[in-house]
Amino acid sequence: MSVFKDARHLFRFAGLFVFAFLVFLVVRHDVVPKSFGQYGHYRGNAIGEIAAHPIKFAGHQACESCHTDVLDVKAKGKHANVNCEACHGALAKHADDPSTVTPVKPDTAVICAQCHTASAAKPKGFPQVVPEEHSTGLPCETCHKPHSPGMDAGGAK
Amino acid sequence: MKITRRQMIVLLPAAAVAWKYVLAGTPEASPNYKMTEHWWSMLIDIPKCIGCGNCVRACQTENDVPDGYFRTWVERYNVSDEDMTNPHVISPDGGKEGFPVAQEDGEKYFFAPKMCNQCADSPCTQVCPVGATFISPDGAVLVDQTYCLGCAYCVQACPYGCRYIHPVKKVVDKCTLCYHRITKGLTTACCEACPTGARQLADLKDPKDPIHEFLKTHSVQVLKPHMATGAKVFYNDLDGSVR
Amino acid sequence: MNGVEGFIYPNEIALQWSVLIVLYPFITGLVAGAFILASLERIFRVEAVKPTYRLALLTALAFLLVAPLPLILHLGHPFRSPEMYFTPHSTSAMAMFGYVYMWYLMAVLVFEIWLDYRREIVLWSQSAGKWTRWIYRLMTLGSSNISEHSLAIDERVGWIVTLIGIPSAFLLHGYVGFIFGSVKANPWWSSPLMPVVFIFSAMVSGIAAVMLLYMAIAKLRKQKIDISCVDTIAMYLFYTFIIDFSLEMLDLIHRIYEADESFRSLNFLVHTQLYIPHIVIQICLGTLTPIVLLGITQVVKLPEMARKRIYSVAGCLTLIGIFAMRWNVVIGGQLFSKSFLGYTTYKMGLVTKEGLIVAVALTILPLVFLWVLVKLLPPWPEKSVPEAAAAD
Repeated sequence: MSVFKDARHLFRFAGLFVFAFLVFLVVRHDVVPKSFGQYGHYRGNAIGEIAAHPIKFAGHQACESCHTDVLDVKAKGKHANVNCEACHGALAKHADDPSTVTPVKPDTAVICAQCHTASAAKPKGFPQVVPEEHSTGLPCETCHKPHSPGMDAGGAK
Repeated sequence: MKITRRQMIVLLPAAAVAWKYVLAGTPEASPNYKMTEHWWSMLIDIPKCIGCGNCVRACQTENDVPDGYFRTWVERYNVSDEDMTNPHVISPDGGKEGFPVAQEDGEKYFFAPKMCNQCADSPCTQVCPVGATFISPDGAVLVDQTYCLGCAYCVQACPYGCRYIHPVKKVVDKCTLCYHRITKGLTTACCEACPTGARQLADLKDPKDPIHEFLKTHSVQVLKPHMATGAKVFYNDLDGSVR
Repeated sequence: MNGVEGFIYPNEIALQWSVLIVLYPFITGLVAGAFILASLERIFRVEAVKPTYRLALLTALAFLLVAPLPLILHLGHPFRSPEMYFTPHSTSAMAMFGYVYMWYLMAVLVFEIWLDYRREIVLWSQSAGKWTRWIYRLMTLGSSNISEHSLAIDERVGWIVTLIGIPSAFLLHGYVGFIFGSVKANPWWSSPLMPVVFIFSAMVSGIAAVMLLYMAIAKLRKQKIDISCVDTIAMYLFYTFIIDFSLEMLDLIHRIYEADESFRSLNFLVHTQLYIPHIVIQICLGTLTPIVLLGITQVVKLPEMARKRIYSVAGCLTLIGIFAMRWNVVIGGQLFSKSFLGYTTYKMGLVTKEGLIVAVALTILPLVFLWVLVKLLPPWPEKSVPEAAAAD
């Protein structure tokens, strides 16, 4: 047919497209990660990879399993719901290897003020003091047991 | 310390039970976690927040958050009586080292911790061109950092400003709801470190979760509800001035 | 803090999208606009603009080849960009980019240019210099059939390609507008008008660019400018500008009237940081002045010299104005906090990957490409028929 003879160049151009598309399909099959689309439009394995990140805070259950004596004191005082690592910092390394990794004891001259410095912005019922007036420079544990700091509950030293 | 025989009878079984907890906390043991049994959310109790910044520091430690960027931060609001739509808000270094002392002046103050709202209809996952950010079947909005192009479209699309481009990895980073912790029975780093219980992880599919009771008996709000993002971070006593 | 005013969310200090992302819509806008101008002749049979037909197509191609570069340079991981082809996310407007770009490049622009030039390409493949002959040979795809019938088929197919090309050009640039317009988190961007405004401002910039290039190249080659051609282009520029300006004013007036929660913050921004880029450069210099200048030429019959000068000035101001519009949308949309309580500033680097020097280079590069294309495929009527060709 003469129309095909005179349109051969168009078929060649279209042929280029088809060839490129086939190459694309082959490459795509090779390159797209196998777990892609497992749960949705994303790489399914990513979930497991993210879940496998290392843990830095052991969590209070880990501390309480060994330090039951502290737990007994704390559970009865004002800091009952303050988790251990809120003051002691991230201690998963210590929980995994208690004998070799020894945590540094927090300095009460610094750490208590972080929460208990009085400010008009803090909730009114929250125990807060002006540190210089209240302790006149002494570290807080001079009078308060950190694990049960209330003066009335026998917390005073 | 001298341990008597009576103490041993009590301590040994207690230690055995506690050892199971310890094992549950170690990275290797989480074979019982089934994604379809959980739908994660968070409760932030505004009246309890004292702006100590523990959560911001804990998150940075747990997740290696680079300086100057924030997966979570705390804002302090100062709302005047005359104009609730124009609060004075500060967040010095995200509240990481707490806040300057506010002098008593009869004004209204409160703290508002912010984080990724783990939206069920998240605009951020909608706009990702390649599928590098997504919501997991258990409700955590996560980023696949080996797939992310760093185009930052999701950063633009997030109404809450919780995403950023990691300065070293050059991919998007954000709060993962400590996915690596919650899938092992631990709570998030920010909740762990919060001394007042202002932040609480919640599993909306767990009928025994105490937060369910809280949600039923208190007025809770989400940020920017008009955006219809399906935000899953619920605030108790959220003031109308909070942006 | 450095450049921060009021309260912004802590992660909002640095802008995510830089001047390169301003360049991208500017470049694709020129592509779409130049193509629309070319289609005026092909589809709407506006004979007066025929001298610019081939130049407009080559201009579109030159700019389209550069268009992906600012995007790739901006990415944190440029080598992962093929992911957009392999796993495009169907809910993301940005995922469309790879396919729309490839479609427009190959199935519209390259196809149409090839069809229009095919006869000359075949002749040049036989008569050109030793090395360039191979380039032309490659372009013939091995077919040297330039019979009347084959050329007639080319003409017909080319017409269809141009017809499909018009909505394709709108899609190529309209989707960019949608990328911004669909972001509900950003009130400066979120608007159903955004794709429409982008398309019309694209047409304005493309028409102005082709007009300027035609006049500049003619002057460089010491050829006579076809003044009726330029008059017609200027007329289309004028009327397209009126529509574009009306759309932008509609957006502005609507925004001011409704005054939603973002208005106070945006209003302050436009009166301070964005005052010069938006009010002075985009609106006054870049839109009102060219409209008035072009309007004068439509109403008053001025001598040819005066008209050419006015067109040149109006064209340059138009391009500056449309670039400013892209700047105000992209950069402006990131200067205010989503808390509506504060602002940050844009710190454009000089020699960084996304800095000023790269931006300038990417603006000049299309002109370099155009120079190569014009050398390879001369759009001039007197040069297009090689001496070796007898009547066929």
